[in-house]
Amino acid sequence: MKLINLNLESTVTSSDFDRVVKWDLLIIGGGPAGLNAALYAKRKGLTCGIISKEIGGQLHNTTDVDNYLGYKLIEGKDLSHQFVNHVNSLEVPIYKDVNVLSIEVMNPDFKISLDDGKVLYSKTLLMATGGMPKKLAVPGEEFYANKGVSYCTTCDAPFFKDKHVIVAGGGNSAAEAILDLSHWAQHITVVHRSQWRADKILLDKIYALNNVTVHLETQLLEVFGEAQMTGVKVFDKTTKQEKTIAAQGLFIEIGNLPKSHLVRDLVQTNPQGEIIVDENQMTSVPGLYAAGDVTQQVFKQIVISAADGAKAALAATQYLNQTYKENSNGEII
Amino acid sequence: MAKLFNEEVQKQLKEILAQTQEKITLVLFTKEGSCPTCSETKQLLEEVTELSDNIDLELKDLERDQSLAKQYGVTLTPSFVILNAKGEYKGVKFNGIPAGHEINSFVSALLEMSGMTPKFQENIVKRIEKINQPVNIKVFVTLGCPHCPGAVQNAHRLAMLNENIEGEMIEAQTFAELSNKFNVSGVPKIVINDKYEFVGNQPIETYLEQIENM
Ligand SMILES: Cc1cc2nc3c(=O)[nH]c(=O)nc-3n(C[C@H](O)[C@H](O)[C@H](O)COP(=O)(O)OP(=O)(O)OC[C@H]3O[C@@H](n4cnc5c(N)ncnc54)[C@H](O)[C@@H]3O)c2cc1C
Repeated sequence: MKLINLNLESTVTSSDFDRVVKWDLLIIGGGPAGLNAALYAKRKGLTCGIISKEIGGQLHNTTDVDNYLGYKLIEGKDLSHQFVNHVNSLEVPIYKDVNVLSIEVMNPDFKISLDDGKVLYSKTLLMATGGMPKKLAVPGEEFYANKGVSYCTTCDAPFFKDKHVIVAGGGNSAAEAILDLSHWAQHITVVHRSQWRADKILLDKIYALNNVTVHLETQLLEVFGEAQMTGVKVFDKTTKQEKTIAAQGLFIEIGNLPKSHLVRDLVQTNPQGEIIVDENQMTSVPGLYAAGDVTQQVFKQIVISAADGAKAALAATQYLNQTYKENSNGEII
Repeated sequence: MAKLFNEEVQKQLKEILAQTQEKITLVLFTKEGSCPTCSETKQLLEEVTELSDNIDLELKDLERDQSLAKQYGVTLTPSFVILNAKGEYKGVKFNGIPAGHEINSFVSALLEMSGMTPKFQENIVKRIEKINQPVNIKVFVTLGCPHCPGAVQNAHRLAMLNENIEGEMIEAQTFAELSNKFNVSGVPKIVINDKYEFVGNQPIETYLEQIENM
């Protein structure tokens, strides 16, 4: 692990956010999508800023990234630092450690309320709020959260040194969790309800390990234990049998839920709650854009989120130049 | 010995620490004999001290400087506190090395102790000021945890704003026994007065609710 993970954006103050009366583009979310959007928007000359609870987004939850063009292998947080460094060099103001509480459509502008009481106005808005770990929704999961059940491998792996842990999931993030945990856990059992979806290159690494057991086509039914979890109950779809697996930890890596609640009543979303956007990343509300993991785009990847962010910024610029019209009296709200 | 901070980090830290306004003092307690991460912590603090004229470092020994340790409630090693310009202990303590992601809560504590007071909404400040019973907040962290510095920062901010509150970071791997005692298997885990607990990087209101309902 990297010895020092300084977050550069910790130097940015909120003063710009008091000064600007109306922004051209405000970006909610400082993950790959939001950071790349800021880069493109600033270069186009827009007055833009980023508001985000945490900078780097899910990049901080992943150890190794080996599929971002130009980097054969880079730690997630290093890639995040590279992104932030680049954005900082353009002096885009970043307002960190705050949550956006609500968004109001004021035609044609947007009003954004933050949890520190600040209210901001912007001509266009980008939702780059990403996702949060999906829950299994099985009995015991909530009760044993942080009592064995974890959603963050880089945070919690050290507590499972020489223990037996289960990883639920079969995609790339599950595969990466397995590889991370293999340095700590004595044994890892994978439980996944269908077949692997992870990249072959990761699976090859997993099958080369000698402390991993894999149960595919196996549904996780329940987490049980006493004060801490002691195991899980599963259903093997092939043999049609239930069985229990004793384990001290369960890492759940079954994908993401979109963080779209801020706009769910404003824009069109799909049944999964993902924001529906057109080919220019615009939602069903003119001037309101979305990019990255929060959208209906199927492949949740850094490079794709970043690219969507760029597209959104360019499209917002075009919208501001061609379509956007200030309120009839031209006055600021 | 190789530096903990590479040149780039050094440069960045120096710029950040240029924002310190008043002199502050780090008082580090280590001990002789087996003391995991003591030498690394000492090195980290020494390297930080070199980057700013506003930061002083005092090195103490838990056994030889017992009475001072008692005054700051230090029982573990390595452990350090940050004193304000008047040399007062405000309840800001780190147990274990604040490296990895935790460098961020360390830097923020340095800045805020030296005069860069964070802005809170007035009603929050009022609620903090009202707390009139002793409150100890332990925040268990791991160095690979991106959500942990925020939790430590909250605990320290509460401590800086009210004399009755002490906030301490505890690096869970170095103090495995203590972590076991509090059943820590997910971080950040926050334990108030050794009794009330919650997990995750929660807003400062969650801390206040917990404290107000004790
Ligand atoms: C364990 C793991 C491993 C992965 N490995 C890889 C990999 O190797 N390669 C790859 O390409 N992809 C990988 N991914 C996927 C990749 O991380 C995501 O696709 C990408 O981070 C999505 O970027 P984003 O900008 O859309 O959202 P996010 O990265 O989720 O960022 C969203 C940001 O918005 C902020 N935010 C959300 N709501 C609010 C609000 N209301 N107010 C303020 N701020 C808010 C959050 O704090 C966060 O910083 C991995 C994901 C995980 C979980």
